[in-house]
Amino acid sequence: MKNKSLVSISDFTREEHIHILDLAEDFEKHPTQKILQDYVVATLFFEPSTRTRLSFESAASRLGAKVIGFAEPGATSVQKGETLRDTIKMVSNYSDIIVMRHPKEGSARFASEVAGVPIINAGDGANQHPTQTLLDMYSIRKTQGTLDNLNIAFVGDLKYGRTVHSLVQAMSNYNTTFHLVSPQILKLPSTTKVYIKEKKLTYYQYTELIDVISKVDILYMTRIQKERFSDPMEYERVKNSYVLRNSMLESAKPNMRILHPLPRVNEITIDVDDNPQAYYFDQALNGVYVRQALLASILGVR
Amino acid sequence: MKEKEDTRKELQVSAIENGTVIDHIPADVVFQAVKILNLSEGTDLVLFGTNLDSRKMGKKGIIKVSNKFFRPDEINKIALVAPSATLIIIRNFKIIEKKKVEVPDNVEEIVKCFNPNCITNHENIKTRFKVIDKKELKLQCHYCEKITASENVEFI
Repeated sequence: MKNKSLVSISDFTREEHIHILDLAEDFEKHPTQKILQDYVVATLFFEPSTRTRLSFESAASRLGAKVIGFAEPGATSVQKGETLRDTIKMVSNYSDIIVMRHPKEGSARFASEVAGVPIINAGDGANQHPTQTLLDMYSIRKTQGTLDNLNIAFVGDLKYGRTVHSLVQAMSNYNTTFHLVSPQILKLPSTTKVYIKEKKLTYYQYTELIDVISKVDILYMTRIQKERFSDPMEYERVKNSYVLRNSMLESAKPNMRILHPLPRVNEITIDVDDNPQAYYFDQALNGVYVRQALLASILGVR
Repeated sequence: MKEKEDTRKELQVSAIENGTVIDHIPADVVFQAVKILNLSEGTDLVLFGTNLDSRKMGKKGIIKVSNKFFRPDEINKIALVAPSATLIIIRNFKIIEKKKVEVPDNVEEIVKCFNPNCITNHENIKTRFKVIDKKELKLQCHYCEKITASENVEFI
């Protein structure tokens, strides 16, 4: 895995995914290990994403690496019209690995082709966000003890949610049964269903959240954005069908856990937070361990 | 009958001694095919005709390029606009080989990605696609991973 860029979740094999998860487990036990003291990690955020950036910077700091970069392109040469190609080439000279978030799809793949150092994609527009997928997988394995043969529900915006697309793709390697809950106009696109069908796995589609709660091991919630609806009346009609309340969880299996990529708006009510089945804040913490594992293995020290 | 049609065709667009004939091109894409094959550059004789009568196609176009024997990856690019095209290799005015063009596995440089938010539409980057469906012609962008379908193909 040394020097290998991570742009799409499919860039790494199933074995490499497992290696990262195993390594992350070790970092969870011993989070502070100064193994990257001789390295410089660049975090280039061409659009702001506080959570992802801080998670990466926390991961790098716990490993002793120096962090350089920018949180938004406002005060940089990007604002002066510098091309992405030139920015990446320049930063390659200053760092050993580049973590980048960019609003344009395909930017991370392009960067990986012009950079002299490996790239970790921290989100390229609506395309890929592989480190989120790995931390989701880590959270699933940690709470269920396995990745195999699980029933997983995906709830909300399945059409535009990139975290959903990548996680469906990744979990198709583990004999998952998929329960897809969304309004008609936000159903999982066929370009993602392909991965389920290729592996001949079972999937069910629903329009009501309450129908799946008793059936699943993982309830993966996402936000439905108002701007996805051309008809505001339609949004008003469906929005409450995808809100999870504590009272709906009585029928859930004891091992069931609720995940959410965050930020949440109103799709999970506050009273769920105290339910032991709520896992979304722990999930965010797991992101630090997974990113430590990625930095360490791509830089070749683990 | 077939013999006769061929003879008439030769009269409309002169024969070449050695080279490649691309026949059965839909009449409305001949100029596009010329562009895709980059025939405006080079010093060899190029002849082409369009809106020729064809029993098979109604109207068709034909391109003849002297002394040029295309590599498969060069010629197969025109399958994107002319999947019906026939390739005829000529030596000493004789037909040596006849074959159909094939949709290639990869398409580079000539097609624009349909996704307006793709990086290739914002920086000077050579486009690259994997052909994921040769029948329906679906191209997947190497960069943004989005699909450009045949009805959305736009040539650069």
